Amino acid sequence: MIKLVGLVPLLPLVGFLIIGFFGKKLSKGLAGVIGSAAVFAAFAVAVGIFFELNGQADKSVTVPLFSWITAGKLSVPFSFLIDPLSSLFLLIITGIGFLIHVYSTAYMHDDEGFSRFFAYLNLFIFFMLLLVLGSNYLIMFVGWEGVGLCSYLLIGFWFKNTAYNNAAKKAFIMNRIGDLGFLLGIILIFVTFGSISYHEVFEQAKSYATGTPVLTAIALLLFVGAMGKSAQLPLYTWLPDAMAGPTPVSALIHAATMVTAGIYMIARSNILYTLSPDAMSVVAIIGVCTALFAATIGLAQNDIKKVLAYSTVSQLGYMFLALGVGAYTGAVFHVMTHAFFKALLFLGAGSVIHAMSGEQDIRKMGGLKKYIPITQMTFLIGTLAISGFPGFSGFFSKDEILAHAYEHNKVLWFVGILTAGMTTFYMFRLYFLTFKGTFRGTHEQEHHLHESPKAMTIPLIILAVLSLLGGLIGIPEVLGGRHFLEEFLKPVFEDSSFRLVHHLSHNTEYILMAVAVAVMAGSIWYAYKTYVTDKTVPAESEEELNPLHKLVYRKYMVDELYESIITKPLNFIGEGLHKVVDNQIVDGVVNGCGYVVNGVSGVIRKAQTGNIGFYVFVMVISIVLILFTQLF
Amino acid sequence: MQISINWYLLLSAVLFTIGVLGVLFRRNAIIIFMSIELMLNAVNLLLVAFSSYLSDSKGQVFVFFIMAVAAAEVAVGLAILMSVYRNSKSTDINSLNKLKG
Amino acid sequence: MITLLLIFFPLVAALLLLMVKGEQVKKIALGAAVVEFIISIAAVAQFRHNADTQFVFNMPWIKSLGISFHVGMDGISLLLVLLTTFLVPVIILTSFRKAYKNPTAFYSLILAMQFALIGVFVSLDGFLFYVFWELALIPIYFICLLWGGEDRARITFKFFVYTLAGSLLMLAGLIYLYQNSAAHTFDIANLYAAGQNMDVLHQGYVFWAMFMAFAIKMPVFPFHTWQPDTYTTAPTQGTMMLSGIMLKMGVYGVIRWLLPLAPLGVEHWAHLAITLAVIGIVYTSCIAIVQKDFKRLIAYSSIAHVGLIAAGILAGNVQGVQGAMIQMISHGVNVVGLFFIVDMLQSRLGTRDISSMGGIRNLNPQFAVLFLIVLLGSVALPLTNGFIGEFLLINGVYQYNAWLAAFAGLTVILGAVYMLRSYQSIMLGETNAVTAVFPPLEGYEKAVLVIICAAIIVFGVYPKPLLDIAEPSVIKLVDSFRAATGK
Repeated sequence: MIKLVGLVPLLPLVGFLIIGFFGKKLSKGLAGVIGSAAVFAAFAVAVGIFFELNGQADKSVTVPLFSWITAGKLSVPFSFLIDPLSSLFLLIITGIGFLIHVYSTAYMHDDEGFSRFFAYLNLFIFFMLLLVLGSNYLIMFVGWEGVGLCSYLLIGFWFKNTAYNNAAKKAFIMNRIGDLGFLLGIILIFVTFGSISYHEVFEQAKSYATGTPVLTAIALLLFVGAMGKSAQLPLYTWLPDAMAGPTPVSALIHAATMVTAGIYMIARSNILYTLSPDAMSVVAIIGVCTALFAATIGLAQNDIKKVLAYSTVSQLGYMFLALGVGAYTGAVFHVMTHAFFKALLFLGAGSVIHAMSGEQDIRKMGGLKKYIPITQMTFLIGTLAISGFPGFSGFFSKDEILAHAYEHNKVLWFVGILTAGMTTFYMFRLYFLTFKGTFRGTHEQEHHLHESPKAMTIPLIILAVLSLLGGLIGIPEVLGGRHFLEEFLKPVFEDSSFRLVHHLSHNTEYILMAVAVAVMAGSIWYAYKTYVTDKTVPAESEEELNPLHKLVYRKYMVDELYESIITKPLNFIGEGLHKVVDNQIVDGVVNGCGYVVNGVSGVIRKAQTGNIGFYVFVMVISIVLILFTQLF
Repeated sequence: MQISINWYLLLSAVLFTIGVLGVLFRRNAIIIFMSIELMLNAVNLLLVAFSSYLSDSKGQVFVFFIMAVAAAEVAVGLAILMSVYRNSKSTDINSLNKLKG
Repeated sequence: MITLLLIFFPLVAALLLLMVKGEQVKKIALGAAVVEFIISIAAVAQFRHNADTQFVFNMPWIKSLGISFHVGMDGISLLLVLLTTFLVPVIILTSFRKAYKNPTAFYSLILAMQFALIGVFVSLDGFLFYVFWELALIPIYFICLLWGGEDRARITFKFFVYTLAGSLLMLAGLIYLYQNSAAHTFDIANLYAAGQNMDVLHQGYVFWAMFMAFAIKMPVFPFHTWQPDTYTTAPTQGTMMLSGIMLKMGVYGVIRWLLPLAPLGVEHWAHLAITLAVIGIVYTSCIAIVQKDFKRLIAYSSIAHVGLIAAGILAGNVQGVQGAMIQMISHGVNVVGLFFIVDMLQSRLGTRDISSMGGIRNLNPQFAVLFLIVLLGSVALPLTNGFIGEFLLINGVYQYNAWLAAFAGLTVILGAVYMLRSYQSIMLGETNAVTAVFPPLEGYEKAVLVIICAAIIVFGVYPKPLLDIAEPSVIKLVDSFRAATGK
């Protein structure tokens, strides 16, 4: 099965090509079926690979396909690497990808771009698979930029809308800023190690001393790439805007898979980070700041998708915190559980929006529990999972991260737990405002309220089950469980793990868990009190908000800030360079040469009197002079 | 009696100088033309003289060349002069300053 | 002999074409260009993948001055010949519905230009190179002057004089080398030896004399100001010839002549030259962002791309030069695609102002997809041809100086900014009065765009055939450069 790994990305690619070329001729149903079937087939192969890998002793298999780029000693083969990390990501991508494809067949049913949507989704899956399968950094980069392209296409899916197009463009460009860092990182890796394949790079890196500057430089450059793709400070503003795309896209690309590419990249390069503590500190600090920053914005948003978007940014920050404190397994664990519950929440939100005939403002919702019970149940499970309710998947992964953070630095832990409290609060705020209380929308909307079709609810139910039980593969030792995931991923992280020794006493761990649960419970209570007991509804207009609230509601004006310090100056510089420097100065010098020649000629031409006698006279004099100088 | 080569040289130099002065100081194009011919023939004379003096026939060959070329030149030159005259009713070279810079 | 065939076939075709009148001249020109392409494919098939110069033909031309008609191809030449023979038929095809006045002259000039271009790429004699170099200028001068747009006389004159001034410096450099050579011939090996025997100071003279000529031709900042005007004013096919092939003469000159002739001079002055090129990348990208005229925007973006190529070569390592080779091909293909798209827009809408367009995607999704692929090639998305070159080039520059590479890398971001911005305002959104009617694509238009898109993707996914042709020669070149500079 492992030998067939080429099929995994190939199947979605074929799906893309079929739908892309024959989209017009295919019926809607058929396009959806082809798209979903391609991903399901990939999923089936991925499952086979997963079990085969699990069963064999060799945990790292490279499957070469063809030689891609060669130039001197640089040689980049197009080859795939199957190891526990990539096989796990394969499952997440194809599995959740399949569910979202199925969901989309119903969600996008009435859209005129139905087949185009599935073509893009399949293309996305193809690139995402390349990203995780590549056996060297450049193949990862191929996938990396490829998913960026798909993200661009899907955010701007409704291309007649200028705001959506702007959001798409913004996403692509912000990602490119990160990509430049990533690209330079890859080049530095090549310059340093003479290779960019994971195997050789990590093998050589091991012999470097901890804290070698070049490793720190590499780690930081790669992290710049991760910041762009995984929406960390300061490159996060594209992700909330990316909610312009259809909701399944938000679920698949901007929550479950693409945005976790940064975590995958750092987990993959774990040894490089382990060997540069400075870079790790940067990762941890950026991660925790992003987590807190985004969570505070999430507290004040009223658009159901925007809340989830900021929560995604915040959770990604959490994952980077985990990476920064060396909890690589914890980060990957959280990627997985987050993929389950965030996909669930987004799809649930999609179901709500579907029911509300396109309305996304939670101030216009309320009391939806009785109209859409399946959505409500699954959404509640997702909310509990993200809040870290004991027993739910989020509990285990979050707990692992917080424990490591505590051990590393108490401040990081404190900010982490604060963020967790906020997360719980805004998620329950969202839940209560949407499903509890009374309906606040128009009569027409109320009349239309209906549960979504099976193609949408079944994926919700599956994801709900996964959100509920997904944590069980990583029960911490202190609770008497077995951490299957840690054992599975051990070969990937073993070079790092012996360098980062973890030991917390069981008592400390119990206390940490208790604190986390207490904070969560407190937040739920406060949200319940505010939005259910007191029936508070967020203010309709901005003027009613106090200044701090307003600032948070306006997302700290970061977009406006970027606009005024980057976009506008760039245009200004462009205009200036064009009109003044290029046209006046540089071209001025060139034209100046012409004028000088003209001017000098104007003087010299006076010698050409037109008088033949004068010419002859000058000629004779000159000849005499030349003869004189030559003869004497 | 053998006439020494110096006399030829002197005569040739005198003829040439007359030609140069003619070209320099006369304004009638025809006369300038004739002065040029005079210069050419001064050179021809010298070539023939040296040819004889050195007993080398090359010089005489050159003279034939020069005569042929001069004939062609006169033909073209007079033709140009004719058309100049037709246009400007004058052969005064000072009036021919259309190419003034 | 195949080299001679490659050089003279277009010339003969151009002369024969003069006897043809009327519309079929296009088809005959296209046929000739296709035949030429097939000849070049035959050359590729016979080419042995090593660093030797192959298909050599050497015959004395002006014996007393040591000038000979010495031509031949190694991998570097062959790749550029291939680019030329591939693009010329595509360029001719793009003009299939154009009603140029006096088409006979137009297509003859294009084929004559192909003759000169191929001559430039295969010359192994300094004087011959110079002759072809100047010869190439004449047809394009007339193409721009006779079929150009607004204000063409002034702009074409400037272009002509500017590049001629550069060529003069090159000639001076070549003669200087000739005077200092042992054998007093213009043969390439003799000139190489003459150049390499000089000290740094004198190699510096040679460097500047030759570099100015090449820098003006490419063009590299700050010698670029003729370019946007000329590209904008020239007829589309002329612009394609200029940007797709002719600017590669400058790049080729740097690789074939400058590096081996004055290795110490290059070494000594590279920092300044690369810095200029890199400044040019960011500078022109910034200017491209504010352009309203799509043709001019692409002209500026072309300077940015070429700046990166120049920087990569002057860095003097295998990655840089290989990157330049592959990027020359990619840039040629992509820029022809982009200029064709400009032409299609202009002929349909009567304007090139991107801010007045919008919503064309609604009317013609097929065009939108093809345009997007060309655009992605141009912004160097992985798995398109642009990426291979750009990655290798930035890599090459990085090995020279990391900060310059980081600065040059801004093209990755800025390129996305101006390209996506124009795509959005041309294709996306709602239609307006200007774009209300957008006639469907014609067969030949589809053919051109499909050929270009296919090249973009095929060579992005599998660039190995191209890389393999050039690699031995490039390695040999870089090794001797390194040996000469003692690195």
